[in-house]
Amino acid sequence: MVPFAGYEMPLQYEGIIAEHLACRAGAAWFDVSHMGQAEIFDPAAFERLVPGDIAGLKPGRQRYTLLLNEAGGIIDDLMVANLGGHLQLVLNAGRKDFDIAHIAAHGVAVTAKFHRALLALQGPKAAAMLPEATGMSFMAAAEMAIAGIPCVVTRSGYTGEDGFEIGCEPDDAEALANALLGRGAVPAGLGARDSLRLEAGLCLYGNDIDETTNPVAANLAWAISKRRRTNWDFLGAAPVREMLDDGAAEKLVGIRLAGRAPARAGAVIRSAQGETIGRVTSGIFSPSLNGAVALGYVRADHAEAGTELDLIVRDRPLPGVVTNLPFIPHRYAR
Amino acid sequence: MPATFYSKDHEWVLIGDDGLATIGITDHAQTALGDIVFVELPEPGRSVAKGEACAVVESVKAASDVYAPLTGTITEHNQAIVEEPGLINQDAGSAWFFRMRLADAGAFAELMDKAAYDAFVESL
Repeated sequence: MVPFAGYEMPLQYEGIIAEHLACRAGAAWFDVSHMGQAEIFDPAAFERLVPGDIAGLKPGRQRYTLLLNEAGGIIDDLMVANLGGHLQLVLNAGRKDFDIAHIAAHGVAVTAKFHRALLALQGPKAAAMLPEATGMSFMAAAEMAIAGIPCVVTRSGYTGEDGFEIGCEPDDAEALANALLGRGAVPAGLGARDSLRLEAGLCLYGNDIDETTNPVAANLAWAISKRRRTNWDFLGAAPVREMLDDGAAEKLVGIRLAGRAPARAGAVIRSAQGETIGRVTSGIFSPSLNGAVALGYVRADHAEAGTELDLIVRDRPLPGVVTNLPFIPHRYAR
Repeated sequence: MPATFYSKDHEWVLIGDDGLATIGITDHAQTALGDIVFVELPEPGRSVAKGEACAVVESVKAASDVYAPLTGTITEHNQAIVEEPGLINQDAGSAWFFRMRLADAGAFAELMDKAAYDAFVESL
């Protein structure tokens, strides 16, 4: 067990590698109840705070979006689902209190539902284990009963695999967890969650993105919906538009290291010529690739796939190559 | 008779009949680290002081130093765990890291015996 964002969380149950590979090959179960759920009843008002098309988000659909500050920095990255009568947000644990205050301070009514539990079922066998959700496509959202328990289900996740995130009331969480585990899912902890998301090239808030990160630099420009690019009427729009037009000085890239030794967050990145050109923001041993991988920011002229770099670990250079993300192809149910 | 001692940094130290000390990490340490994926070992000939970081183990999540449990000179390291770090998780008691000649052959008396180490782990 490890402390994380104010919670005692399991880093692992049996072992990170075994849990990681179970998710890639079968299905893994994660307790991610530390994530903050919240409800909003005024999509038009909320839309002013994010670059995503929320007014155009149809009932039963979910979208990844960003809360931005005036400088275009990322306050949080989050999921927004249209559940018909209201929007459901899923916020990062370490940011949820700040997010709620920020949303409310901008005059948008928001109700925190932090007491609700959230369980994730992820992997190529997840869909077979959740016959209740048959017919849901990737990023669909629906209220339904799972094992007789009222749930909010979205077909999404943080692993790059097909899967579901399932919210329920806390009193039902243990029964829901036991039902999912009883269907054959392997319990997986924070360690595997991190290695899976990194292989999938997904950012971790606080590591790869923060309040100083412009989404364009983090390769998140895709989260600026087409309609929002005509009016540019969301908080932080001007600096985002400017970086889209002028280009980012630094870009987030994936780096595949030649060896097994990981370069962790904070490691300096040098060019092949020995110039300091960036820093690692996340680094791990990739169980699927059986080698080390990293995410980091590098000067834009070194961000091209195939660029050779050195990552400085214990005062020595570890060779790596800029690699297209994700490291492991996504396998979403499109 | 070879005898095994333990450090508070969770290393085992086997003192052989030849006077050389063989060092590895304890089962408690490998359990705490989780899946070990990379090991860096000191080169033979290197002099190390007691408490000096001289090897590194990387698990999926984090890097940890391994310290010289006593002062001496490295004579040999175990290439097998460099090539297959998972051996440490499989059997920490036999997956040795390095051997050293102690500067003071009697220095192992500063370490714990098995009963003392078990009590130490229990107290954590």
